[in-house]
Amino acid sequence: MKPAPFTLHVPTTLDEALDALADTGQDAKVLAGGQSLIPLLNMRLASPRHLVDVNGVGGLGRIDAGPAGVRVGALARHADVEHHRGAAAVLPLLAQALRLVAHPVIRNRGTTVGSLAHADPSGEMTAVLSLLGGEMELARKGGARTVPAADFFRGPLESCIEPGELAVSAWFPALPAHTGTAFREVARRHGDYAMCGVAAAVTLDGDGRVARARTSYISMSATPLVLDLTDAVIGQLSDAADWDAAAQLSADGLDPEPDIHATAEYRRHLGIVLTRQALGEAALAAASAGRSVPSLEPTP
Amino acid sequence: MSQPEQTFDITLNVNGVSRAVTVPSRLLLSDALRHELGLTGTHVGCEHGVCGACTVLVDGKPMRSCLMLAVSAQRHEITTVEGLADEDGRLGAVQQGFRECHGLQCGFCTPGFLTTVSAFLKENPHPTREEAVEAVTGNLCRCTGYHNIVESVLRAAEITEERAATAGTTQTKDTSR
Repeated sequence: MKPAPFTLHVPTTLDEALDALADTGQDAKVLAGGQSLIPLLNMRLASPRHLVDVNGVGGLGRIDAGPAGVRVGALARHADVEHHRGAAAVLPLLAQALRLVAHPVIRNRGTTVGSLAHADPSGEMTAVLSLLGGEMELARKGGARTVPAADFFRGPLESCIEPGELAVSAWFPALPAHTGTAFREVARRHGDYAMCGVAAAVTLDGDGRVARARTSYISMSATPLVLDLTDAVIGQLSDAADWDAAAQLSADGLDPEPDIHATAEYRRHLGIVLTRQALGEAALAAASAGRSVPSLEPTP
Repeated sequence: MSQPEQTFDITLNVNGVSRAVTVPSRLLLSDALRHELGLTGTHVGCEHGVCGACTVLVDGKPMRSCLMLAVSAQRHEITTVEGLADEDGRLGAVQQGFRECHGLQCGFCTPGFLTTVSAFLKENPHPTREEAVEAVTGNLCRCTGYHNIVESVLRAAEITEERAATAGTTQTKDTSR
C-alpha cells in the first residue's frame, strides 16, 4: 500500500508546470488534491513515472463569481467552493452538490477541477458541469483550449485531457432568472459513492409556470447523462406540476449498468424517484428565487 | 529501479516544532510522521482515505495524511494527536471528552477522531447531536458503535466552553497585574 517510485516535479509557476508536463508527456500525472490519485498510487492501480505537483503554483486557487457564472481554479478545494458566498449566490447548485462529495475532510484537500479531470461517472461535479453546460479550460506549453462539458467527458475515468495538458479551471455558467436547482442522491453509506444521483434545474416563466425542466445523472452512465424533461410539465404551475410524469419521461433515458452495489433495475428505480424529488425541490427553489433577487456579496 | 530513488530535503513543521528531514518523493505524510519523526500517534488504517485514522490538521483543517505526500506538507503547519494536549500537558478538551465519555475501546481510530473533532468544534462550538454525528461520518470505529463517540463530541464542546470561561477569569487576573 505504498506508491511505486516516481520522479516528483514541484513547479511554482504555470509555465514551469506546463514545461514539466510537456517534457514528461504520457508518463506524467498531475497531482492537485490527490484524493483520487493517491489512493490509486497507494493501491498501485496507477504507477506513473512522473508526478507534477501543482500545489505550489500561484494563482490556480482562484474562485471568481460574477453574474455570468463561477470560474473555479485548479487548486480551489471542494470546501473552498462549497463555502464561497459569491459562488453560492450565483449558483446554489454548486454547494448543493459539493456537500455530497465524499466527507468534509476529503473536501478540505480534494479539488473541484481535479474531480472533473478524474471523470468518475459517480463524481457529483461531473453532473453539475454537464447540466449547466459548463466548460473546462485546458492549457499546454504554448497553447490553451476550452472544451464544453459535452465533449470533455469521454468515458469512465476518461476525459479529453491529452498528455502535456493541464486543466487550469472549470467554468460553471449561471442559470436564467427564476431558476431553482437541487441535487439528490442515494448511497449505501453516508459520503460514499452514490448508486444514483440527480441534479435538477427548473426554470419558471413570469407567471410561475414551468418553462424548462432538466436533469443530469451520476452513476447511471459512462459519461454524465443530461435529460430535458420540459415536455412533461411545460406551462404547468410550479406548485401543481406533474413531476411524476416528468420522472416517468426520464425513465426512457435511463439505462444503467448493474454492479455489486445495485442491480440495473434498482438503479433505474432510484433514478425515477430521485428525478421526481429533485425536480420538486428545484421548482420550490425557483418559486422562492422569483420572489427575491440573490444579492452578490463581495468575494473574499 | 536502476537509478537511486529521488529524495527531497524538506522541513516539516509539526506541533510547532520544525524538523529537517530527507524523504523519498513517494513517502506519504502519514509515514513521514511515524517513521521519520517518531510521531506514532497518527495511525495508519486503510491507506486510501476511507477509515480516517490517519487524519491530521493541516493549517488547522483536517486532512488525510495517507493521501498527502510528505513533500507536499512543506510550508504548512501540521498538528497531530500529540499536539492536541494543552500547553501544560493537560489533556485537550476533545481528549478529555473522549476520556470522560468512554469514547474509545481499542483506541486505534481515536487519533483520527480527536483531530477531526478538534477542528469541527472550532468551526461549530455548539453542535447539535445531528451535527456531531455528521462531523464524525468520515471516521470509522469498529468497537464503540459510535454512541459514546457522539457523547464525547458533545461533552468536548462543554469542556471547551468551561475551560474558556476559566481562562477568561485567569486572563482578567493576568492583565490586572
